[in-house]
Amino acid sequence: MNFEQLFQYVVSDTVGAGGSLAAFRPELALCATIIALLVAKVVLPGWKSSAYHVVLIGLGAACFFAFPWEWLQLRIPGASDYPTARAIFTGVLVADHFTVVLRGILLGFAVLFATFTQMTGVWDRDEQTDFFVLMLGSLLGMCLMISANHILIVMLGVEMASVPCYVMTGMKKDQPRASEAALKYAVFGAGAAGIMLFGLSLLAGALGSAHLPTMTARLVQIVHGGAATEQYAALILGGLMLTVGVGFKLSAVPFHFWAPDVFEGATAEVAAFISIASKAAALGLLVRLAAAFSMPSGMAPLPMDQIASFAAVGCLAGARDFIVTVISALAAVTCTFGNLAAYGQTNMKRLLAYSTIAHAGYMMMGVAAAAALVGRDVPGAKYAVAAVLIYIGIYLFMNLAAFAITAFLRNATGSEEIADYAGLGRRSPGLTVCMAIAMFSLVGLPPLAGFLGKLTVFLALVDARLWALLFIGVLNTLLSLFYYLRVVKVMVVSPEPLHREAPTIPLTSSVGFYCVLLTAPLVALFFLLHGMMEWAGAATMSLFN
Amino acid sequence: MFNLQNPEVLRTWMLSLIIFLPAVGALVLCVLPVRGDQCLKRFSLLITFVVFLLTVWAAIPAGGPANFEVGKAGMQCVVQHEWIPSFNIQYYLGLDGISLPLVLLTSFLSVLAMWASWGIDKNVRAYCAFFLLLETGMLGVFLALDFFLFYVFWEVMLLPMYFLIGVWGGPRREYAAIKFFLFTLAGSVLMLIAILVLFYNSDPHTFSITELARIGQMPDSPFSKNELLWGRSVSWWAFVLLFIGFAVKLPSVPIHTWLPDAHVEAPTPISMILAGVLLKMGGYGIIRICYPICPDAGYELAWWVCGLGTVSMVYGALAAMAQKDFKRLVAYSSVSHMGYVLLGIGVWSATAGTSYNTDYWTMGMSGAMFQMIAHGISSAGMFFLVGVVYDRVHHRDLDRFGGLFPKMPVYAGISMIIFFAALGLPGLCGFWGELFVVLGTWSFSKTLAVIAASVVILTAGYILWTIQRVYLGPEYKGPHAEALRPMSLREKYIAVPLVVMAILFGVYPKALFDYVAPSVEKTVVEMKNWTENVAPSLKKVGWDKRSAVPPSAVGNVENVVGQRCARPTLLATADEQEAVQP
Repeated sequence: MNFEQLFQYVVSDTVGAGGSLAAFRPELALCATIIALLVAKVVLPGWKSSAYHVVLIGLGAACFFAFPWEWLQLRIPGASDYPTARAIFTGVLVADHFTVVLRGILLGFAVLFATFTQMTGVWDRDEQTDFFVLMLGSLLGMCLMISANHILIVMLGVEMASVPCYVMTGMKKDQPRASEAALKYAVFGAGAAGIMLFGLSLLAGALGSAHLPTMTARLVQIVHGGAATEQYAALILGGLMLTVGVGFKLSAVPFHFWAPDVFEGATAEVAAFISIASKAAALGLLVRLAAAFSMPSGMAPLPMDQIASFAAVGCLAGARDFIVTVISALAAVTCTFGNLAAYGQTNMKRLLAYSTIAHAGYMMMGVAAAAALVGRDVPGAKYAVAAVLIYIGIYLFMNLAAFAITAFLRNATGSEEIADYAGLGRRSPGLTVCMAIAMFSLVGLPPLAGFLGKLTVFLALVDARLWALLFIGVLNTLLSLFYYLRVVKVMVVSPEPLHREAPTIPLTSSVGFYCVLLTAPLVALFFLLHGMMEWAGAATMSLFN
Repeated sequence: MFNLQNPEVLRTWMLSLIIFLPAVGALVLCVLPVRGDQCLKRFSLLITFVVFLLTVWAAIPAGGPANFEVGKAGMQCVVQHEWIPSFNIQYYLGLDGISLPLVLLTSFLSVLAMWASWGIDKNVRAYCAFFLLLETGMLGVFLALDFFLFYVFWEVMLLPMYFLIGVWGGPRREYAAIKFFLFTLAGSVLMLIAILVLFYNSDPHTFSITELARIGQMPDSPFSKNELLWGRSVSWWAFVLLFIGFAVKLPSVPIHTWLPDAHVEAPTPISMILAGVLLKMGGYGIIRICYPICPDAGYELAWWVCGLGTVSMVYGALAAMAQKDFKRLVAYSSVSHMGYVLLGIGVWSATAGTSYNTDYWTMGMSGAMFQMIAHGISSAGMFFLVGVVYDRVHHRDLDRFGGLFPKMPVYAGISMIIFFAALGLPGLCGFWGELFVVLGTWSFSKTLAVIAASVVILTAGYILWTIQRVYLGPEYKGPHAEALRPMSLREKYIAVPLVVMAILFGVYPKALFDYVAPSVEKTVVEMKNWTENVAPSLKKVGWDKRSAVPPSAVGNVENVVGQRCARPTLLATADEQEAVQP
């Protein structure tokens, strides 16, 4: 293949009929918005105040391109008419149902989030444009993470998502804690990224490729051919090092040390972004990696019939066991540690940081179940991933609600200490009810949507027969009750201090309305499990094929 | 569609209306533009009263709007709609002889407890809203026939109860409330595991309680066949987990410790609801869910269940005897009385040797049902009466009472009746439950029957001693003697219905047995058939292996039954007895 042929190939692959760019339009919309913001900042200095509107337009365009309109016309069960998994950009990214749905969740979150920062007014006008640019950049990285099909994209996506977060954490210049948190986050992130890069290069070296499906196919061949011990050692080491990188993004214990400090140092808005979007993207990446290494995919340019037959006789069983063991262990430790550490917290953001850690644990349990099931029950594995997606979708609302109320209360009282919430139940009953709904949904009490997230994940664990993990998950639900309940207890039961009054925030204000907007779905979604299941089920159609 | 003239429409909406009317009331209450606390309380009372009327209406024997047939076993007034098809979750409600009395008890006590809430003066709006929400949860638990729905209602109850104790309770309210919450949630998450495991092992996957029971009783049931963990079957684990969940609520020793705290700290009306209704959910769950779905585990663990029941009875009675606090004494008496329920249900699963005779089981289980209703009346009454005197003198120290009889004669008279009803005096409601449980136990284990019977002595001991310390004696020497005024009209209105019910069920137990008997009989016969047809095969192949063989392969059971089925003539069956008594 000479250069011209190669060039022609790349061109047609990218912009030709049904080319890669068509599937990449949402990301392009994000890029365009970023550029528009940056250019406008230079060209029209007086224009800054409408940065939010530009972001909304950009996100709206991205949502328009990302949203599976075709599916809506077909009703969800008919989503099989939608083109299934398709490698784009010569195979580095994969555009499939999973990408579409998870990207939809991320973009939808971004819209809510941009509105949230606009409402709290935490940044002054200058900062706000910068903040939006960083946020959109991070979002772009997250979109890459969830559609990664190549280890370069894994690395690129993780870094693109992380670096803007470091900056956002430290953006409040007048707060030393914020700078400290940003530095800690950056150092930790750099370390984790370095280790992950090392692990990825080990894997790529041992398997002779950087394309995930090809790597899996090679893995099957190597195992079938009887690999040397050193090869296994390199693979296991590579796998573990990769886990460090993903574990850092997930704030999985023991790679979580940055989380509480960053959450406390950063503003509640940034903490919400890290806690929700970053987590969702990291889970998407984890699902991608777990799926890639536990099942050979048809996308590898190798004789697949033979590889499929090798895989069928258990050549990937070792890899699956490894994935299940590592993710289960991390999930169990993360969940338990997060919940236990949250007990002693007096700062709301720190409490939510540990709560985030704990929830990452629950969600990872679903991924472990998927990896455990893929060998014997592919529909079961798909269901497990669907459970994780449902969890992410619900988690978005409950955690954003918790952070939003924290931020609004900070604006009203200047404090983020839980003890200072005393008396709110009397002064702002509506807001207290919203907070209570968010907290009890995080515990997982019916009839709130948080229960469904746990229910579906636990059901996947039953299916996968991971009893120990199920027991730990259930026990953790119990553990978590205490500290979530304490927040509500302080608001409702504790006496109001004499020296100051709790703020009055009626639900009819715009702030109150936003809180209702976030908490109403927590009640409504509980009755819409079937619809969520259809969406999540459609999202997993192209996985494990 | 909403044409109320058409009985069909009403029948379809009846149960949903009963469950959700209080919740709607709670919502309306939140936005009701009135200021006066009295107004809010009256509104809530009205709602509870309407719900009570609806439940009574539903209970009217055939010909009534719900067309409930008293003599019919099995589910009636069934409402069944698809809700979440992807998990086969249904909106599935129904009434039968086991749930109807409990639903009536719930709505009845809710009215009385709401009326007893007149003394609440802090955050009345929130109090009433929580109270009504609680009522929705309680009614839902008794009416739901889908496990998912059941679990949702079970949990819906927790939050209002937490706040009702935590905000309006006594000095140690926060501790008591969180303890209640943690214990119950611990039980319910274990229950959740069992629900998921049962769902996953049923084929096709279902949450329907009736369907799960059918699968659980099949000769080749996947629940007893599939091993879950450590050589134990799905059925065994599900039974144990569910049982723990229900035993926390019941409560049974050793997981009863939340009860004395919660009951003592809760405000009077909430204590009434706790003792009168919430404890019954444990018993109801065991009768409705544990045994029908997991008969083999119930059969295997019968001794454990009965043993726990007996220990609860003895321990509760002894602990009650040692209390200095009036309310704590009543709380421990609940532990003791609910032990009868556990024992009565437990013997039901057991067979005396190989005689597959349902009479004793029916007796035990009817006794347990009767005991639940009777305890609902007597314990709610006792808590209310303690509240009446506490409102006046603001202490509950048994050693500083005495001499209430001359000062409050009506109150003392009512108290005597209610306390004697709790004691199990013949002619009052407490008698029948205890009697039938003890009779039912006799064929299972004479030792347990003797212990159970002698607990009555302990009960008599602490109740009589209490009466002596509180009501008798020359004069009241405690604090606030001047406040001891006779019962107000409202208090009388609350106490008198309880007294009437206690006497009514005491002299005419048939009123209740008529409703309970057919459904209990049906459940017992199903269990008997299971024990007869399936259990021997499990035993023969080896209990641990769990590979059930079809019943046809089992030896000639009939002969054995023929030899051992000689029914004792001295002890008539439950039905015959009740026919004789009135």
